[in-house]
Amino acid sequence: MSDNQLTEFIERYFDGSMTAEERVQFELLRKNDAAVESKVTEHLQFIGLLKQYGERIELESRLNAIHSEIDVHALKEEVTIHPVWIVRMWRNHHSKISVAASVAIFGVLTILILTGKLNNDKSKYQQLSEKLNKVENAVAQIGHGRTSVKPKVITPANFRGTGFALTSNGYLATDYHVIKNADSVYVQNAAGESFHAKVIYTEPQYDLAILQINDPAFKNLGPIPYNLKRSEGDLGESLYTLGYPADNMVYGAGYLASSANYSNDSTEYMISVPVNPGNSGGPLLDEKGNVIGVITARQTQVAGVFFAKKSTYLLKTIQNIPTDSLSKTLNLNTKNKLAGLSSTQQSKKVKNYVFMVKVYKQ
Amino acid sequence: MNKDLKASAPTDSEIVLGILNNSEVVLKRLYTTYFPMILQLIINNNGDEDDAKDIYQEAIIVLYNKIKGGDFELNSKLKTYIYSVCRRLWLKRLSQMNRYGGDIRDFEEHLPVEEEIESHSDRDIQFGKMESALQQLGEPCKTIMEDFYIKNRSMQEICERFGYTNADNAKTQKYKCLQRLKKLFFQQK
Repeated sequence: MSDNQLTEFIERYFDGSMTAEERVQFELLRKNDAAVESKVTEHLQFIGLLKQYGERIELESRLNAIHSEIDVHALKEEVTIHPVWIVRMWRNHHSKISVAASVAIFGVLTILILTGKLNNDKSKYQQLSEKLNKVENAVAQIGHGRTSVKPKVITPANFRGTGFALTSNGYLATDYHVIKNADSVYVQNAAGESFHAKVIYTEPQYDLAILQINDPAFKNLGPIPYNLKRSEGDLGESLYTLGYPADNMVYGAGYLASSANYSNDSTEYMISVPVNPGNSGGPLLDEKGNVIGVITARQTQVAGVFFAKKSTYLLKTIQNIPTDSLSKTLNLNTKNKLAGLSSTQQSKKVKNYVFMVKVYKQ
Repeated sequence: MNKDLKASAPTDSEIVLGILNNSEVVLKRLYTTYFPMILQLIINNNGDEDDAKDIYQEAIIVLYNKIKGGDFELNSKLKTYIYSVCRRLWLKRLSQMNRYGGDIRDFEEHLPVEEEIESHSDRDIQFGKMESALQQLGEPCKTIMEDFYIKNRSMQEICERFGYTNADNAKTQKYKCLQRLKKLFFQQK
């Protein structure tokens, strides 16, 4: 019996198209011939697998049909976990962003350097009152043979500036920043005598202040040799100042550099007169002995550039003093007694009217 | 879209009954209900939408055969079952592609389903062999085999379709084809 015949028998046996006689014969054959029996099993398994395969293909095509109805793209957007936009942006464009940032930083720096904006004028504008760091510690030893020592701080901080007389009866001009927040103010003349003074008027916008000596030991100064100039000084004019950057009076000379300071503030002159902390509040005189300004500050970045408040603003400040603040008359000297004198003779006279302003504050 | 699908999510017993009764509607609802969950799993674990489709369909087939096989016991949520099967299949696929970084971002709870997948992949191998045997068989044998054994068409229909003059010739041709198909199938390793 050929394979084909056997296969036919098997199929006919299972699809029920065999006659009863044939069925009996075939069953007998299966029983007696193991080879036939195994062929039957194999055939059934194979056809079963083939049918299952067919079912699988059919199921897959059904699933594909269903799948094609789903809008996978929209769904994908929905279920994807997106990183924050800035993270995505960085991932996608970080090289471009880096280049752009570098160019921007470079550009900004270039512009700043070219326009000089990096030179912050204000930060280099240093006011010239001097902070004295000498803190005097008075140590009192109590009793003899005792070990306990009790230090006592007398003055927590001590500032120094310069002031100059406006009248013979004890009105002085100085910088506001010198006496700002002062607890008490003393002035000391060229002879080393100290007098208590009080602040009677301040004009913080011009950085000017008016003091009055109210010490019983104070005696009349005698006529003031200089006067306050009412007009502006000229460029290149020779100038000098006297002040107390150190414990002794210091003379400094130079010229008027500009009628406005670096910040284009026209209330101040730019001058080339060497001054130091402690000169603040000192008088700035021209060669004829007119006070044309009050020393205020210096430029920290450019050596030898300093500033002085114009005398016209000092005059305005004096006019602004309320009359009830004045216990004595404040009559400004209008007569200049220095014109024609040499600079040494001038400074010899002026120095008696220039005071060291000592400020005590917490 | 997601919301609509969730709103019409069929219950688990509806699905089991529907599959047993060959309901196309239930199959479709089952498919559309859980596909987004699997798309999310695959997309966010180094796969694309085509991977998601493959993995998901495989899992649906596993579930389908299990229900049809009659040995399906509902001892977990269908959702969890489908997720677990897909997760397992995807991990397997990732490690085959050497794309598995040792970490998977999970979105649902999952159960161990190794056995299901073992028997499923055994059967897949058999089907793969059958497919390539049929390809090698060539026409007209392939169509005759499919028509007779898969689509259960009668020899009469097959005769007419292929223009055989008598049924005996067609029958002989069919047995020759079957013989060759078996040979091709068992030759493969």
